[in-house]
Amino acid sequence: MSQQRPKPPIPYNMRDAFLPGDAACSGCPIPMGWKTVHAALGGKVIYVIPACCSSVVVGTYPGQSLNATIVHVPFAAAAAVASGIAEALEKRGITDVHVVAWAGDGGTADIGMATLSGAAERNNNMIYVMYDNEAYMNTGIQRSSSTPRGAWTTTTPVSGKAEQKKDVARIMIAHNIPYVATASIAYPHDFYSKLQRAKSIKGFKFIHLHAPCPVGWRFEPQYTVKMARLAVETGLWILYEYQNGKITLSGPSRPYMDPSKRKPVEEYVKMQGRFRNITPEALEEIKRSVELNWEWVKKFM
Amino acid sequence: MGVRKALTGNHAISYAVKLVRPEVIAAYPITPQTSIVEKLSEMVESGELDSVMIRVESEHSALAACYGAALAGARAFTATSSQGLLYMHEVVHWVSRARIPMVMAIVSRTINTPWNIWPDHSDFMDQRDAGWVMAYAMDNQEALDLTIQAFKIGEDPEVYLPVMVGIEGFILGHTTMPVEIPDEELVREWLGPRRQPYVVDGGSPIGVGGLTMPEETEDIFYGIQESMESAKRVIERVDKEYGRLFGRSYGGLTQCYRCEDADYIAVAMGAWSGDLMEAVNALREQGYRAGVVRIRFYRPFPHEEIWRYAGRAKGVIVFDRSISFGGWGPIFTDLVTGLATYTDKLPALSNVVTGIAGVNITSEDFERIVKRFIETVEKGGKPVFFEWFKKR
Repeated sequence: MSQQRPKPPIPYNMRDAFLPGDAACSGCPIPMGWKTVHAALGGKVIYVIPACCSSVVVGTYPGQSLNATIVHVPFAAAAAVASGIAEALEKRGITDVHVVAWAGDGGTADIGMATLSGAAERNNNMIYVMYDNEAYMNTGIQRSSSTPRGAWTTTTPVSGKAEQKKDVARIMIAHNIPYVATASIAYPHDFYSKLQRAKSIKGFKFIHLHAPCPVGWRFEPQYTVKMARLAVETGLWILYEYQNGKITLSGPSRPYMDPSKRKPVEEYVKMQGRFRNITPEALEEIKRSVELNWEWVKKFM
Repeated sequence: MGVRKALTGNHAISYAVKLVRPEVIAAYPITPQTSIVEKLSEMVESGELDSVMIRVESEHSALAACYGAALAGARAFTATSSQGLLYMHEVVHWVSRARIPMVMAIVSRTINTPWNIWPDHSDFMDQRDAGWVMAYAMDNQEALDLTIQAFKIGEDPEVYLPVMVGIEGFILGHTTMPVEIPDEELVREWLGPRRQPYVVDGGSPIGVGGLTMPEETEDIFYGIQESMESAKRVIERVDKEYGRLFGRSYGGLTQCYRCEDADYIAVAMGAWSGDLMEAVNALREQGYRAGVVRIRFYRPFPHEEIWRYAGRAKGVIVFDRSISFGGWGPIFTDLVTGLATYTDKLPALSNVVTGIAGVNITSEDFERIVKRFIETVEKGGKPVFFEWFKKR
């Protein structure tokens, strides 16, 4: 696709979005994501947030650390509540406000899956951002269907997760919605331009945002961005946009179509305590899934 | 003046919703509720009704979508039954604790398992601690009237709570009766513009439902309890206004039938109250001074009204169509608690749990049960305090 990409403003006005007094852990990727959303969509955003780390990160009533409207909703209900808000706004003639369902991998890939699928099928007007920290971090690092194979969690404490990571972006592509994208906390310009694109489209937009969690992945808080970048550089996390039956590879991922340019998966894995006990077999499986994912992406390019 | 139509209870509710014209309707099909939203879908698709219909993938999402819509300033409506209501129960609490008015019709049906599509009140009663104003109709006309009133009551600033309106599935839901449909303009004018405590429309940043410290959370819950008290006044006012405008007044939280001079009061809720009234007529002919107090609003519970009628009675017999397993019928439990706050000389009391799982209870059954109760008390005996009346 040869669409012109909007140039991100510099500075991002990110300080307008996030206020002092949040309850995020050091190195948390969530505020990073919010800052980019704010830069792209401006203040006129209604966040619909199910149970997840973000519910806590915003802080306690009567204050909140995010300069936007937030509606906290039941775990399985984000896309449905957002549907209701979006329809009511349209009925009331309010067109300059963006409804953003902002949910973790638990609320999206697991308990919220039916709700997400329903809203996507109805093509309700919202941007759904799944920030994927690859486990239930809010309740203390339990495995989710989005946890990668071999990763330690408190519910896969001995030999790590036996199953592979559920590819939610791919499931959303199967819904034939107007826009699906993957993004990473390490590439805010890329995430920003994807939000800009999503903002210009009416209907259901899904963005799968890779968001490493220092606490749950067992790495030092200063390495959040580095870890997210490594996921892209190893080819584990592929950045792309899907529109009209076609996948467009995003800039940061383009070099890694060539396997020889990719950093070794081991480099990513060895930096994270959650993979400390990974078996050679599981590591091989992860490497194989990298190849399979690239094969799949190439088919739609 | 209104128009008279022959309508099922479900369609009476659909017509009430049409008069109110909520901006958003969301629902998921479940027996025996389905025909409410089928009729509404028909109205929306034919252009008779300009509501947005969100055809959701589950009941949990039905109420969640209505919650979102209502937060964003729209009138919203949904309807469900039994398992569907249980599935959305989490969201039921969420709506009331956010103090967001909206209306939900409950077409009662027995809770599984085993599969059973016949009605009792167990699904409705399962919601009693959720902070919704809870009304229950006796016939199709009242189903229509209550649904309209529910919007007015919930959106009153003294209340600001969601309201549910119950009818029994099939008994009212699928039985046709003549129903007067009020004038739409008059209904709209009476309801006025949508009122709610706050609106989420992106105007200025606000947070709804976030993490809150115990003391603040308690304040919010206490507010619901206080509003339930105010709701009693509002319900009576709305009933009177409605009577003046549309010619039908039911008497507030309860309806009294031959109970002013009654020595014995029978208490019930729902369609079978009519059968109970018939039974009371028969008993009056036999010289027993019996009357019926029909519960129209289960939450807030009409303690004062029941005391007004039952305080001077020799005996009160309560018919419950649901059971709190291991306890008694919920109406009875509430009623006795209320009476105990007014007096230490309680009348003779009896709780009859019956009609469970849709077992048919006739006016003859009621007559027999009430008569036995009266005769026991008259003879100076102690009536059965709790009884599960089974037909076989």
